[in-house]
Amino acid sequence: MLRRLTLILGLMMGLIHFDAPPARADDAAIVLKRLATDNYGEIESGVTALAASGLPVSEAVLNALADSRLSYRPSDKAIFFKDASGKWIDAATNVVVNEQPSGLKPVKMNNRVRRALDAALGSMTLLSTDPQKRMAAADAVFKSRDANTLPALDNVIAKESDAVVKQHFEEARAAVLILKSDASEADRVGAAEKLGQRGDQDALALLNSVTEANATANIVAAASLSAKGISRRLALLSAAQNAWYGLSLGSVLLLAAIGLAITFGVMGIINMAHGEMVMLGAYTTFVVQEIIRTKAPGLFDWSLPISIPLAFCVSAIVGLLIERTIIRYLYGRPLETLLATWGVSLILQQSVRSAFGANNREVGAPSYMSGVWDLNGFQITYGRLWIVLFGLAVFVALLGVMKGTSLGLKMRAVIQNRRMAAAMGIRTPLVDALTFALGSGVAGIAGVALSQIDNVSPNLGQSYIIDSFLVVVFGGVGNLWGTLLGALSLGLANKFLEPIAGAVLGKIILLAVIILFIQRRPRGLFALKGRAVEQ
Amino acid sequence: MKRLISSMAATALVAGSLVASIAAKAEDTIKIGILHSLSGTMAISETTLKDTMLYLIDEQNKKGGVLGKKLEAVVVDPASNWPLFAEKARELITKDKVVATFGCWTSVSRKSVLPVFEELNSILFYPVQYEGEESSKNIFYTGAAPNQQAIPAVDYLMENEKVQRWVLAGTDYVYPRTTNKILEAYLKAKGVKAEDIMINYTPFGHSDWQTIVADIKKFGSAGKKTAVVSTINGDANVPFYKELGNQGIKATDIPVVAFSVGEEELAGLDTKPLVGHLAAWNYFESVDTPENKDFIAKWQAYTKNPKRTTNDPMEAHVIGFNMWVKAVEKAGSTDPSKVIDAMIGVSVANLTGGLSTMMPNHHITKPVLIGEIKADGQFNTVWQTPGTVVANEWSPYLEGSKDLIADWRAPLSCGNFNVKTGKCGGKS
Repeated sequence: MLRRLTLILGLMMGLIHFDAPPARADDAAIVLKRLATDNYGEIESGVTALAASGLPVSEAVLNALADSRLSYRPSDKAIFFKDASGKWIDAATNVVVNEQPSGLKPVKMNNRVRRALDAALGSMTLLSTDPQKRMAAADAVFKSRDANTLPALDNVIAKESDAVVKQHFEEARAAVLILKSDASEADRVGAAEKLGQRGDQDALALLNSVTEANATANIVAAASLSAKGISRRLALLSAAQNAWYGLSLGSVLLLAAIGLAITFGVMGIINMAHGEMVMLGAYTTFVVQEIIRTKAPGLFDWSLPISIPLAFCVSAIVGLLIERTIIRYLYGRPLETLLATWGVSLILQQSVRSAFGANNREVGAPSYMSGVWDLNGFQITYGRLWIVLFGLAVFVALLGVMKGTSLGLKMRAVIQNRRMAAAMGIRTPLVDALTFALGSGVAGIAGVALSQIDNVSPNLGQSYIIDSFLVVVFGGVGNLWGTLLGALSLGLANKFLEPIAGAVLGKIILLAVIILFIQRRPRGLFALKGRAVEQ
Repeated sequence: MKRLISSMAATALVAGSLVASIAAKAEDTIKIGILHSLSGTMAISETTLKDTMLYLIDEQNKKGGVLGKKLEAVVVDPASNWPLFAEKARELITKDKVVATFGCWTSVSRKSVLPVFEELNSILFYPVQYEGEESSKNIFYTGAAPNQQAIPAVDYLMENEKVQRWVLAGTDYVYPRTTNKILEAYLKAKGVKAEDIMINYTPFGHSDWQTIVADIKKFGSAGKKTAVVSTINGDANVPFYKELGNQGIKATDIPVVAFSVGEEELAGLDTKPLVGHLAAWNYFESVDTPENKDFIAKWQAYTKNPKRTTNDPMEAHVIGFNMWVKAVEKAGSTDPSKVIDAMIGVSVANLTGGLSTMMPNHHITKPVLIGEIKADGQFNTVWQTPGTVVANEWSPYLEGSKDLIADWRAPLSCGNFNVKTGKCGGKS
């Protein structure tokens, strides 16, 4: 092991510090042979050696390995890779082979090889023309802290015109320098300041590893000053981050509960099948994506916008059927309604299980919903951002329907005084049916959003039903604003309790607090006033 | 609360409507009980095992059955409801007169049926990896004990990934709690300091992982190599892995090794962001042996689904069933008492190219495989024990159990023999 290490080091020193002689095909073959093995340790050292060899073919070979396009022939240890057009190329000679060589085995990867590969590709792509790639290369060097890249880094820092990329290069250089015992004191103090500007966890970890044992007093002082600054910043950041997590959990609760705010909150039906309406919406999304995948893969990014109206229709129709066939016979008998809707929920779950199987179904994320938006360390994942916006949009739309349409007017009339409304010529059974369908449809829409963050399985609905009831009861039955406020405050409280008390205890504390709260204010945050309450 | 309501309602519904046992066809068949949930939360994992058993029985019947008689499967649905498991087990043994039962997934379901099998002296084959600390005369454990899964995985991370800081994340119930207790004691015995271990429990079906993943990220950037050992169960895994991908935690930074994530769980996920995360099992579908290829081909033909995956608990049932057949032939009878005695020492081929043997502690020997998730949802075996590992049903790393051994051979015939006091029974 040690011998091999010295060999690699020797090889790297030799090739980097002195001008490498023009590489010949047999040189290439010797280095490449090291990849032709099953032993991960040897592949790893082979990758490092290949990156250091300066062979013209190495970048193509390493890229091929990263995309698992690299294979070897066990008989003579020759390395081949497939190029973008699917042609096989002999790596040692860089010549296209006409037919696929027989008996090829893929070069295997594990995390060690992957790390070596990231570091190798990082140092090789510092000069890339694409600023994104240069940035990624700088970050790879920041992680690997490979002292051999210093001359290359100094070189690119001098040339770099893009200020952001330059900053990344300088941070990478600082990461290399700060623990380099033979660097000058001024350089290392400068590195500590540079890392202080970066201001994230990784920089903090590096600064914390500077001690009297490996640095002079001045360097340690500079490092601990920078570290203190970062710690302060991170404490603030983590509070902000927690608030964001709370908001995003709140918006999920809002989406799950808002349909129930209509069926339970407004109509007073204890609807235990609410969660299954959400599940149906999620499965609609799955079916839409399956059809798009097979019929029109180009439309994949549109799968969610297409699913929204469809999920609404599917859940609304199922809701309408349930209301017409079961619930309308049970108005005014809450216990029977509870049992009947619970039965309906079990039937729906088992039918979905029979139709789609008990396993989770994969619902993919469209491109605009994956990735992170990094605001100077404050990270917002796009998926969550869209769900927050979507939750608020659904809320506003529903408020609009209730306040601004004729259906909404009739709904409110029936809720406030059913007999008076009937006397005014409103067909109350029809309004009941439509209200229930609307609540169910909104639950279906929620399912589209939840399919992005949770399992699409027959049990999806069950995991939200208790939380939904909690939100509606806490917020105040019969009030949409109460649901909004209830969802957001529960989300925030949950996320601020979680780091202190842990996820399990946090949930228990929250439940206890809500029970006490309901004891004091039985009608929730926003109590409805008027005739409806007395009934 | 949620579970209580759901199980109450499920019981009512199932007890009323489901009489799932297949009516007895003829007197001269041998009946095998299958006790796996086909509805409720555990159906996701257990339905496949029911199909596996039906497939195995079908295969055996094609070969002429056992002792000249055909086998007949009796399928019941305990509906993910723990007390119902015990009721259904009693029904299988007393009413349907099954001679052996294959079933259960969660530890609570096993604990619930254990007294029934002991009282009525019947046989249960339990196919899932579990926390150990148990050995019953009437149960054969074909899944892994902690030293056949968790401890080799931690060793792998220590030696190959040079991990120094550990996050033990699990769902809040008996299997993760016991496994983590064993792992914590093991890590401390290996010289890991208390401040380098973070233990985190979450409720069943936890879906909002933002804070916890952010905490893991923070814990992992203290300058020491960090890994997550996950005993997160079932449905909670999908949002957990999604959040890891969202927050950009790659396997090269903080690898996650999971004990409950197999091919089936990955089927519901986009695995590209998860490439390189690990799982420890005793079997992977991707294992390249003739036995395994043959099994997969026949299984997919039986289920008429060329994409149907296989997984570790399925292999455990394959081994357990073949062992039972061999023991019955050895004993010349299906009488449970005779079969229980004949089981010890029976060896059958496993699907990873070796032999598994039933040991006197009613656990089997198994190889341990560490695999990395590939982009296609399969595992790439990166490490494997040279031979098979014997199960430590009583962990040597726990205070209460380190002096206990199980040996069901006469004259000892004891599941918790204390070698210090020389007495059978009770924890020390």
